Amino acid sequence: MSDFTIWDIVRNLLLATRWTVVLSIAAFVGGGALGAILLFLRIGKRRLLRNFVKYYVELFQGTPLLMQLFLAFFGLGLFGIDVPAWVAAGAALTLWTAAFLTEIWRGCVESIARGQWEASASLAMGYVQQMRHVILPQALRVAVPPTVGFLVQVIKGTAVTSIIGFVELSKAGTEVTNATFEPFTVYGIVALIYFAMCWPLSKASQSLERRLNVAHRNQ
Amino acid sequence: MTYSFDFSWLLVYYPQILHGIAITIELIAVAAVVGIAVGICCAWVRALGPAWLKPPVTAYVELIRNTPFLIQLFFIYFGLPPLGLRLSELEAANLAMVVNLGAYSCEIIRAGIQATPKGQFEAGASLAMTPFETFRHVVLVPALQRIWPALSSQVIIVMLGSAVVSQVAAQDLSFATNFVQSRTFRAFEAYFFSTVLYLLLAILLRWVLARLGRMIFSRTAAR
Amino acid sequence: MSLIEINEVRKSFGTNEVLKGITIEVEPGEVIAIIGKSGSGKSTLLRCINGLENIDAGSITVAGAQLRPDEAHLRELRLKVGMIFQQFNLFPHLTAGANVMLSQTVVKKTPRGEAERIARAMLDRVGLAEKFDAYPDQLSGGQQQRTAIARALAMQPIALLCDEITSALDPELVSEVLAVVRALAADGMTLLMVTHEMKFARDVCNRVVFMHQGRVHEIGPPNKIFSDPATPELQQFLGVQS
Repeated sequence: MSDFTIWDIVRNLLLATRWTVVLSIAAFVGGGALGAILLFLRIGKRRLLRNFVKYYVELFQGTPLLMQLFLAFFGLGLFGIDVPAWVAAGAALTLWTAAFLTEIWRGCVESIARGQWEASASLAMGYVQQMRHVILPQALRVAVPPTVGFLVQVIKGTAVTSIIGFVELSKAGTEVTNATFEPFTVYGIVALIYFAMCWPLSKASQSLERRLNVAHRNQ
Repeated sequence: MTYSFDFSWLLVYYPQILHGIAITIELIAVAAVVGIAVGICCAWVRALGPAWLKPPVTAYVELIRNTPFLIQLFFIYFGLPPLGLRLSELEAANLAMVVNLGAYSCEIIRAGIQATPKGQFEAGASLAMTPFETFRHVVLVPALQRIWPALSSQVIIVMLGSAVVSQVAAQDLSFATNFVQSRTFRAFEAYFFSTVLYLLLAILLRWVLARLGRMIFSRTAAR
Repeated sequence: MSLIEINEVRKSFGTNEVLKGITIEVEPGEVIAIIGKSGSGKSTLLRCINGLENIDAGSITVAGAQLRPDEAHLRELRLKVGMIFQQFNLFPHLTAGANVMLSQTVVKKTPRGEAERIARAMLDRVGLAEKFDAYPDQLSGGQQQRTAIARALAMQPIALLCDEITSALDPELVSEVLAVVRALAADGMTLLMVTHEMKFARDVCNRVVFMHQGRVHEIGPPNKIFSDPATPELQQFLGVQS
């Protein structure tokens, strides 16, 4: 029935993988930028802003990514904006990534011992100076392993965008399966491609963690 | 452009929604119980088990943790029938969630086991307990207590991730939502309502797990 | 025949030889103190006797049975020889009573009622009868260590190994633990104690073993060891101590 070779399958899947990579990087960078802004709001002085970020995080961490994608896809259409799948996918994934990264980073900042705050305060440093010269440099170091680890989650998260029609690796997997009737082979190769992207990052995160000797907070 | 929100479909379609909620709850309940059991066994193998068992367990854990749940689900539901294993939508969904949570909880529980002070193992040994007896009576419960918050978070993550089982037509809450949406064309209202329901389920699940934790690790003596 | 025979035992950690041929014979009812500087091999020797460390050469025989490194033999050994640790190592999720009962129910398959009776008796013997239902973190250091002693006693061992059991205690709690050990010695229990408590060793022990750099440097009754140290190393060690 199928006159497709393995190479045909792999080639199609790898072409679609480009979009997985693009979406992952876009969401990671965008989510990172937004997450950093949210972090400063969260640890800042204005209670209203702190609570806003707190509930933002609870909302995005407490609801399925799939639902967030559907709402982005259908919701933005309410305002007259015609939303192609890639816009909805990018927007939803960015907001989702920001929520998780800001929490990870908040944990890292809070893990810096109180003594550091006290020592820098007693050297007459102001808040911004404390953050810039004492706290953030240390927090950044602590933050690297879980942040790298979360990139793995983002890559896996892109798979869900196939459901709103964004053509990345998982969607291509479904399309190729429908064409070749070889679900075992096709989804097997899809899994291996994801594994090839994610596993090195996971290992890097673990080895960074060991080298920086930091307790791992998120998976 | 004006848009009038209309939630009246709820009055008509609430049976489907309730059925969807029931299925979602069933899925996570089974996944949590069986998945954590699998996780305990795998964690034991990776932390304290015999060398020959470690490679297959490690391969399982690394494979699941580095591939998307959606693909694991598709592989089980679509990829296994050609090999002779044909599962229903719910069976496939249950199996995929157990396999998924099993791998993640293995790593979480393993961390808990490896944080056990060495003296606990030595005390158990010096009381003539076998390594397995020491694991069962001395190490396991404190290890679970140590990592219970992280494990609870993972259960909630898997519950939220279960929304994709609707893609293999398992009739969970997101399937019911798709059903309603396709009948009423009230997409935004349907997904909005369903998102709120998932949020409430997540809050409920967090409370249940916290309560469960307090029960299992409770102490009868006054604190 | 001696209760415990340690014969030319050697043990290395990597390239570092920690025990360089130890030979000691312990008679039933003897109380032996093992003293020496950190790194002299005292704790390692003790841990070899109940199999927490494997020996590289030589032999250890307990009650006529030679110590072999397989699980079955080690289990048999540990039913006879108990250990008390410097860090107590109580099980934090169990009450004091449950700590004492655990090994009896799990290992010796004693029925719960009987195990509880023995546990209460042992806790009473160490002066903690009323603490049966207390959790370890509700007990003082001295109480925790006494519970650990009760836990080891519940196995009805022929000998107890005590690895610096008072070193982690605040000074005012040391005496309550030593009082229990003194009572055990008076009851005829065979004890091997790695200790820094020189006064206790002098009062209670039959023999003192001074270890230095992995060897038994001097061995003899306390009045000789403490009052008339023969070797310069022991003289220096005691001088440092007093």
